[in-house]
Amino acid sequence: MLLIMKNNKRFLNEADKPTRLGFGEGLREAGGVNESVIALGADITGSVNVNLFKKAFPNRFYSLGIAEQNAAGVSAGMALSGLIPVFTTYAVFSAMRTTDQLRISICYNNVHAVIGGAHAGISVGPDGATHQALEDIAVTRALPNMTVFSPCDADQTHLAILAAINKMNGPVYIRFGREKVPNFTGMDYPFHPGKGQLMKEGNDLTIIATGHMVWHALQAAYQMEEKNINARVINIHTIKPIDNEIIIRAAKETGKIVTAEEHQIYGGLGSAITEILSEHYPVPVKIIGMPDSFGESGKPEELMDKYGLTSHNIIKQSLKLLK
Amino acid sequence: MTMKKFTHPSALKPVARNIRESVIRSIANAGSGHTGGSLGLADVFTALYFSIMEHNSKAPHWPDRDRLVLSIGHVAPLLYATLAESGYFPKKELMTLRRLGSRLQGHPGRDHGLPGLELSAGSLGHGLSVAVGMAISAKHKKQQWRVFSIHGDGELQEGSVWEAAMSAAHHKLDNLVALVDRNNVQIDGKTDDVMDIEPLAEKWKAFGWKVFQCDGHDFEDILTTYDKAIAVKNKPSVIIARTHMGKGVAEIENDYRWHGKPVAKDQVEKFINALDHEK
Ligand SMILES: [Mg+2]
Repeated sequence: MLLIMKNNKRFLNEADKPTRLGFGEGLREAGGVNESVIALGADITGSVNVNLFKKAFPNRFYSLGIAEQNAAGVSAGMALSGLIPVFTTYAVFSAMRTTDQLRISICYNNVHAVIGGAHAGISVGPDGATHQALEDIAVTRALPNMTVFSPCDADQTHLAILAAINKMNGPVYIRFGREKVPNFTGMDYPFHPGKGQLMKEGNDLTIIATGHMVWHALQAAYQMEEKNINARVINIHTIKPIDNEIIIRAAKETGKIVTAEEHQIYGGLGSAITEILSEHYPVPVKIIGMPDSFGESGKPEELMDKYGLTSHNIIKQSLKLLK
Repeated sequence: MTMKKFTHPSALKPVARNIRESVIRSIANAGSGHTGGSLGLADVFTALYFSIMEHNSKAPHWPDRDRLVLSIGHVAPLLYATLAESGYFPKKELMTLRRLGSRLQGHPGRDHGLPGLELSAGSLGHGLSVAVGMAISAKHKKQQWRVFSIHGDGELQEGSVWEAAMSAAHHKLDNLVALVDRNNVQIDGKTDDVMDIEPLAEKWKAFGWKVFQCDGHDFEDILTTYDKAIAVKNKPSVIIARTHMGKGVAEIENDYRWHGKPVAKDQVEKFINALDHEK
């Protein structure tokens, strides 16, 4: 699958790679250049790829056990003492078990602590609903001072954790997935916090996606070209602060919007987009996401298909909107 | 770098009396605030800020200062009164407590820029985790400063406190001294009735802490107990300080209804008078 933009950026998937690995490698890279970076573990460090950092810098890894509320508070204490803590576990725990600590100890104190939300989305698969984080964007983006990153592939996740550590000064939540997915943006594709990315030109409608759904959005757009429909594709890798400008421009220039995310339809990317558009430039919007329901066990691709998180459904919803 | 210290217990008593006066006046002026606990911990705060801690009100960001982590944000009036008494800001600012635009928020908020304030807190059960993070940081950077955290007895009903307690022992944080304000009461009544936290010393011990007990109104006892706790190696220490809610004003002492009740304006002079006639 090859897409060519007018600036000749080619999005080519050379090999599938899990975003969690991009996170782990990026964290290790950040640790190599900045001695203040500390990783905190909550037992599942191998699964979330923090073991890469732990192996490289054993003296800068602190194990806190299966006690996420404490780990979030410890992160705040470290950040208040001049270190840069990165606390990572499954997003269901790091964003939601800890919400009160995120709110007060981290966000109200406005400290530079980085919270990694691994295994986000329904593509976690067979573990089932308990371990599929589908509300973490809603929770974290509601917290004042919090920055929320939702990168689209492994390379972008690598760049996002580097940005969270090197470019930010306040709390950052960064969400990523478990499964191998297309790795198509490349390490040379710049990551600017707070800036949406125009992934493909088009003027008939705009597909705005985040995380794994960006690849599906690109595939949908490409396939629609065969029907002479030119869909614009935007990647929102920073859910907060969100890039109002690129969204409002898309509404003005294309008039119709489809959003896609591995998250509940309430409170996530689709909500953020409609909040902006309803105030600034209302146009028809279709939100694709989990339909206010829990997930379930199944293979990742079976679940993505069942809940409409596919290029096929993006095309279907786009055509409906264009009628 | 550090401030002059009062080494003799008798010198601390008048300081505590003045801090209590500030607590009474600022809460009465605000019309709301937690009187009982603020008065009950006044002797402990006086001992910490005027004898035990290394700090300097003229250099609130001095990197080697000891950190005071107030987990029970509701006794903010006491923290503010103590900071003002230590010279972090003018005492007259205490009269802005809980007012719109004030640096003295109802529960501590660092975003308002009050000098000497280490932590925004008030949701119970958070402070010990933050203190653990600070204590790990000091050790990680091979720095000598210490962390003194302050907790309520009712607060110990929060499960996150025990997560933090476990981690402090695991990481051998002998630069952390926690203190439990053991006044036996919380908003709904006696801790024994609301949710029994005993056997308390045994709980901390079982979590790997060195446990001390003291009379939270006897300066000699407070100072020597802190000395012992600070000297402990390889494990964190906790001091269970027996206190009386409302201490200093006889007519409200040990009355749980004064946990969150403000002093009425017409009670101010009577209460301050009571401080001067305290036995
Ligand atoms: Mg109490």
